[in-house]
Amino acid sequence: MGSANREKFDNTVVEWIDSRMPIFTILNKEYGVFPTPRNFNYFWNFGAIAMFMLMTMIITGIILAMHYTADTKLAFDSVERIMRDVNGGWLLRYIHMNGASFFFIAVYIHMFRGIYYGSYKKPRELLWILGVIIFLLMMATAFIGYVLPWGQMSLWGATVITNLFSAVPFVGNWIVETLWGGYSVDNPTLTRFFALHFLLPFVIFAVVFLHVWALHVSGSNNPLGIEPKGPQDTLPFNPYYTAKDTFGLVVFMVAYAFFIFFAPDFLGHPDNYIPADPLVTPAHIVPEWYFLPFYAILRAVTFSINWYLIIGAGLCAYAFIKWMTKNKERESFFVKEYMVFVLPALFLFVLGAVIAFIPVSEQQFVDGELQYVGIARIIEGIRYYFTFDFLIPDSIRGTTEAVEMRVAIDALLIPISAKLGGVLAMFGSIALLIVLPWLDSHPVRSARFRPLFRIFVLLFTVSVGILGYAGSQPADKVYWSTCLGDAVACEALAHGGHGAGAEHHSDASATTIIKLDNTMLAQAFTGFYFAFFLIIIPLLGRFEKARALPYSIHEAVLGKEQRAGV
Amino acid sequence: MFIRILTVSFVLLGFSVQNAGAAGDQVSPPSQPWSFYNGPAGVFGYYDQASMQRGLKIYREVCASCHSLKRVYFRNLEALGYNEAQIKNIASEYTVVDGPNDEGDMFDRPGKPSDKFVSPFANDNAAKYANNGAFPPDLSLITKARAKGPDYLYALLTGYAQPPAGEHVSGGQHWNTYFPGHKLSMAPPLSDGQVSYEDGSPETLDQYARDITHFLAWAADPYMEERKKTGLKVLIFLLVFAGVMYSVKKKVWKGAH
Ligand code: HEC
Ligand code: HEM
Repeated sequence: MGSANREKFDNTVVEWIDSRMPIFTILNKEYGVFPTPRNFNYFWNFGAIAMFMLMTMIITGIILAMHYTADTKLAFDSVERIMRDVNGGWLLRYIHMNGASFFFIAVYIHMFRGIYYGSYKKPRELLWILGVIIFLLMMATAFIGYVLPWGQMSLWGATVITNLFSAVPFVGNWIVETLWGGYSVDNPTLTRFFALHFLLPFVIFAVVFLHVWALHVSGSNNPLGIEPKGPQDTLPFNPYYTAKDTFGLVVFMVAYAFFIFFAPDFLGHPDNYIPADPLVTPAHIVPEWYFLPFYAILRAVTFSINWYLIIGAGLCAYAFIKWMTKNKERESFFVKEYMVFVLPALFLFVLGAVIAFIPVSEQQFVDGELQYVGIARIIEGIRYYFTFDFLIPDSIRGTTEAVEMRVAIDALLIPISAKLGGVLAMFGSIALLIVLPWLDSHPVRSARFRPLFRIFVLLFTVSVGILGYAGSQPADKVYWSTCLGDAVACEALAHGGHGAGAEHHSDASATTIIKLDNTMLAQAFTGFYFAFFLIIIPLLGRFEKARALPYSIHEAVLGKEQRAGV
Repeated sequence: MFIRILTVSFVLLGFSVQNAGAAGDQVSPPSQPWSFYNGPAGVFGYYDQASMQRGLKIYREVCASCHSLKRVYFRNLEALGYNEAQIKNIASEYTVVDGPNDEGDMFDRPGKPSDKFVSPFANDNAAKYANNGAFPPDLSLITKARAKGPDYLYALLTGYAQPPAGEHVSGGQHWNTYFPGHKLSMAPPLSDGQVSYEDGSPETLDQYARDITHFLAWAADPYMEERKKTGLKVLIFLLVFAGVMYSVKKKVWKGAH
């Protein structure tokens, strides 16, 4: 490994080791004189900060493991013993507990930096993918770690999330039972989670090693997103970036220390100070804050996904890809294939959406006959034919036989249940990050020179924040509602309020309630999340005109005095 | 700029929404002036020993007949300002089951400072049985186990009221403004004049509720003072260190821009 043209060290001990194993030569090459773009801003601090957090977690974690007991009868007590009876135990636990949050803060900023400055683009795709793998491993580690103190949220959070895997076709139940080591979250779950929580950080460490290796092959990106052209564009890593990273790290530690010492339980949930009890379900089960956007995406899929929607989406995707990849004659393509793909797709979408979204309408009886009026009639017509309801003979309606038939038809018509859809959406939202380098074909990296991309990345960031908020709120929470139609009936509804069944009279059908609840909020922003990756980024990649790039980093830095950069 | 406006409006939306949401069956307890939240963000927080001593008295004379405090050792009472002899004295008033002895029998002995507070019931089922099926939770972590813990506890103890018109509470339950769902299986444990104070503090429900809350806040978070004192030192160190690193960085980067 590069020992052939090695320079000698003055220190004899160092030289003795280095001539046998050139570790000091490598360290100097990779961290000493490593040529680094001279124009980093503070966003480039967060990789080093994440590294610091990983080491902090591993060190505090190992010491905690010396005092922790992985047994459902003792786990909660052993954590409290750490808090009360182990010397400095409270500090150790608070560092580890808040460390998870600050690790995620650092990595989220690090990932934002990667997207904003186009660091995922060629030649850094593998570097980026290794980053996403680290992110997934971190999520697994943090989720499992939260189970260890065996409080109420530990138990119930684990129950809700592990249960999700039962939606996976064929192997779902096997996965869940393997995770549990039984038929519910119990002692075997806790012991295996402890073993995994001990293991995974070292796996992360190994992947971080690969991540940094890949980084040192491609070299760092920079805020301009242009490659260094020569030595005038770079600085040796030491002392320039060692000094800058240390300063940034200490500032980060100020915020981290503030939480450890003055608000150590702020980011946690009070219910986790109640020992786990399988017989008492908490009022609201919420994961830790860093999972909330993904939790919102998971819960946003409240509808089952039928073949009409899938085929419609497939046709749209096909037409979109064809259209995007066709260089010339885009116009003529549009006219010709439009009819073949987009119109049928739209038709299928309407059918699929009616079946999936619109609740069975208010039924009205006239002379004992079920009647549908106006638009409801059309909707029920669609439902009757396109859900193959007509296959069920009228003579058996209302019997269990009819219900069984309906279930059998639905099994064929709906390949993706709402639960599976949610799981797919949640994992899909992260899988999109992996393919991001291929979704974005724009040659320019940095958002500084892509005004539209910049706006959309910022909007995307805000909407991830809103998804996080939606994830923290109960699904049926209503933000805004209004009642249309008969004024008296509306008044009665408003005052009759909850559960006043007696107040319910036929007038209620003369009203329509329009509302914005938390599920709809989550659905809207989940839609934007996916549209950002699947529609906006590919379109911008194709059509966005970038601003002129500077000739070199050096030139741009020298001209900086006149310009106010981002 | 418009991004900023967007963010601000969403934050405002969030707040207004949260306030509206609080009108459900859970009432947010009003904030009280606690000495342990002293200073901005509570950085100068400290425990009031006199209040904690009164709180201990209330716990022992009232709450202890139903609620355990099983994570607290008698020796911990040093933090309330008691000396070794006083702690020995308090501990010895309890009877602890110990053993087995050389002959294999369990035996009773007076408590020692190294013992934990003795629980009123032998196990959870006994506790439930004695309380009409409702379990009186252990109080050693109660202020951490509830949102806005100390404020909630104070509000709960002073929040008993007549049920509003149209609401019924069945036998053994009591209407409480601040309990989620309002129907609480604990009868109002405190009332004016119930516990006598030796230090001349008012013998009122309000004062009792503050004192027991103060004591239980300490029981849940006994290292709070040490934590905050250490925190101030750490923060000052880090800020100075950041300043030093800033000037080092400036010096290193001089001429490199
Ligand atoms: C006569 C027995 C009894 C006494 C005395 C008593 N409690 Fe309780 N307490 C209960 C029971 C039973 C419950 C469970 C109520 C329920 O779950 O509905 C309870 C519940 C509580 C709760 C939990 C409320 C919640 O949010 O879940 C707190 C806090 C509490 N008691 C504090 C106290 C304090 C402080 C005292 C002393 C001033 C006290 N109790 C005295 C029986 C008692
Ligand atoms: C354990 C967590 C992680 C650690 C310790 C870590 C560490 C680092 C370090 C030390 C660097 C070099 C410094 C820098 O450029 O900031 C780096 C670069 C990078 N990381 Fe990470 N990283 C982590 C997670 C991630 C994740 C989750 C992603 C993305 C999904 C990611 C994407 C990148 C990219 C694209 C670069 C190259 C940066 C550039 O030059 O633009 N990293 N990482």
